Amino acid sequence: MSATILYERGEYSAADAHGEGDDLWLGLDDLRAATGWELKPEGACLGERCVPIPHGRDAEFVREGGRRFNLAALARLLGNPIARDDRHGVWAFGEAPAARNQALRSLDAPDFTLPDLDGRMHSLADYRGMKRILMAWASW
Amino acid sequence: MWQGLYQELKDRNFIVIAIALDSCGADAVRQWIRATEPTPPPMLELMGWGERERAAAGAPTYPCLIDEKHVVAELYNIVNVPMAVWIDERGHIVRPAESAGACDAFRKLNLADFSIPPDAAAQAKAARTAYFNAIRDWVINGEKSAYALPDNEARGRIAGLSEQDARANTLFRLGQYLFAQGHREDALKYLGEARRLRPDSWAIARQSWEIEEAGKASGPDFWAAVQALGDRPYYPPAKL
Repeated sequence: MSATILYERGEYSAADAHGEGDDLWLGLDDLRAATGWELKPEGACLGERCVPIPHGRDAEFVREGGRRFNLAALARLLGNPIARDDRHGVWAFGEAPAARNQALRSLDAPDFTLPDLDGRMHSLADYRGMKRILMAWASW
Repeated sequence: MWQGLYQELKDRNFIVIAIALDSCGADAVRQWIRATEPTPPPMLELMGWGERERAAAGAPTYPCLIDEKHVVAELYNIVNVPMAVWIDERGHIVRPAESAGACDAFRKLNLADFSIPPDAAAQAKAARTAYFNAIRDWVINGEKSAYALPDNEARGRIAGLSEQDARANTLFRLGQYLFAQGHREDALKYLGEARRLRPDSWAIARQSWEIEEAGKASGPDFWAAVQALGDRPYYPPAKL
């Protein structure tokens, strides 16, 4: 079966995903494409950062001889909230509050890229070297 | 209305970047950015816009970006509008998200005839003026400005997210995604749950109401929720 994975800012459709209750088993290619995480001998790795699979809990994270990985188990380990809609097979993985709070308190302004009315993309970084006021408003 | 301030300061290496938090995208915000109808004067008065800003009003020439997924709200922990963040030349935050010149004067609006008591209009104008003067001071004096907060002070003002807040943000994302895919009824379930988990985020509450029904974000549910605040502020005043 398929699943749509909302991870960080991305949206990814995995054709061969197994959602089983609170668990989401993905092939390693889908795992990498949806989230950037890879399964390596040292554990689950995102770039340079590796998280070892907790001792004695392999079956919770890996199956089919290491060909499938449980993304939901990793999210629980890292403190990422999960919200899912079984009817449409959509899994949303949120940010761990500790990570967001650490980022907020670093006072480094996180970059983002968004369109204007004409569809032209702008990043915060395009205006580096200027004093910038981000002003949030809404039509509602 | 920010256009007047931007015009005044734009040659001093300063820019306003407006972020519209709107799940309905460009169509929802176009008429506000490129206004064809002027905003009614009482509304302007209630928002604290004086003669000076009104005279200098016009279509914005600063970037007006559309944030359908509320990405910036999540990154900067923005929970209401208007809120703003000040970022210096190096990309360092000198004032984290806070009310951007708005205040609770709007709560004194007489809903029966939409009249505005004079003291409310004066209060709104004072808050707006003080905030804009703080921006002027920072743009001219840079890090020497008293309004550019030292790191400790800026950090101290960041409330941070609880686990429940983070869970609400995740449900909100799921709901917005389903709404964008046309699964409105399913979306409402998650959006409502997000609203219940994070009642202090007016951005979540009002956006989800608006998805439920156009106009609901400023309808009876909104006013009832504002009333329920009692002595607590809707716009915590920016501590200038």
